[in-house]
Amino acid sequence: MWQWLYKLGSPRYFYDMTTVFLPWLRGVTYFLLIVGLVWGLGFAPPDYQMKDNYRIIYIHVPTALGAMWVYAMMAAMAAMHMIWNLKLADMVAKSCAWVGASYCAVGLVTGSFWGKPTWGVYWIWDAKLTAMLILFFIYIGVIALRSAFDSETSGSKAASVLTLVGVVNLPIIYYAAQWWNTLHQPPSDLGGSATGANPPEIWIPVFFTGFGLIGLVFLLVILRTRNEILWRERRAQWVQDLVQGEPRRA
Amino acid sequence: MRDLRKQKLWIVLSIVLGAAVAVGLVLVAFNEGLNVFFTPTEIAEGKVRPNQNIRIGGMVKTGSLVREGLEGTRIEFLTTDYNVDIPVVYDGVLPDLFREGQGVVAEGFVDEGGVFQARQIMAKHDENYMSAEVKAALDAAEQKKAEGVAP
Repeated sequence: MWQWLYKLGSPRYFYDMTTVFLPWLRGVTYFLLIVGLVWGLGFAPPDYQMKDNYRIIYIHVPTALGAMWVYAMMAAMAAMHMIWNLKLADMVAKSCAWVGASYCAVGLVTGSFWGKPTWGVYWIWDAKLTAMLILFFIYIGVIALRSAFDSETSGSKAASVLTLVGVVNLPIIYYAAQWWNTLHQPPSDLGGSATGANPPEIWIPVFFTGFGLIGLVFLLVILRTRNEILWRERRAQWVQDLVQGEPRRA
Repeated sequence: MRDLRKQKLWIVLSIVLGAAVAVGLVLVAFNEGLNVFFTPTEIAEGKVRPNQNIRIGGMVKTGSLVREGLEGTRIEFLTTDYNVDIPVVYDGVLPDLFREGQGVVAEGFVDEGGVFQARQIMAKHDENYMSAEVKAALDAAEQKKAEGVAP
């Protein structure tokens, strides 16, 4: 088990593995996203009070949750990098920052598009929205801090520490609407309440777009990490062979 | 080698725990300052000075909404937390979701007469989404139940 983990931690092994794995991931991701979006935007029933406006949840909820989820992954990678000095973990963490920041931005923008017709305002400084904006700034901070160092190792150490400090923001975002008075509503209960709220015909497309957007996270993170591997290992023989077009894999 | 890793693990854990404790203490210190609105009960308890700029949040009390004027842009209603009612006066554009029995957040101030003069009205909705058919069926069932109990 440990040996397998060490093997996976080798950038070259990761590169070869993902070469095989990527087309499958791409196919599944596109399938889930297309089904989820067509179903959610075209066929799910309109909400009784928000009519068609609520359909933005099919993008807003998965991207906002995804931004938090990517952050958790980035923090786990930062911890692995700090404890075991795993280079690959650092490369994945670096890739996560951009993807997470993008998801966070999409979540914030779609949220304000939803807020205007339903609440009457694009933005309010309530605890939930503010904490989400702070998450976006932390992402930007992690990216900026890493690139502020000339040395790659110092940059990744500093970015790892900041990433770990920012973890404290995640439970605050998720529970903000329960802990304080906010304009944003708390997370929906999908347990199938007796009142008939949140029926499956509304929520199943969310699972499709949700898993599709998680697939997209992996896709983007893996692609960025592969670039990073090629760049950092550019002097290694196997990368030289790869670039020169020597057929390593038929 | 192993000890070094253990030591680093402790460093990682103490960073996370340290940040959590620091932020936790700050949040506890802010406490109610983080609430985006006051409830009618809090206003009745005198937590707000007259003419202080605040937000009030509650439900629009059923049967309390009055529209005035030809265009009907000036409205009056009671906002309630099912404990205390505070009257609200507003003249302006309302969000689509604003109606009786719906959550509302208003920005403005309480005047000397205890009436909330709103500058802006926002609608607050809950986390339950329903199709129109389900909602209609539920309302019909509720009405049937109410009629059954009445006599």
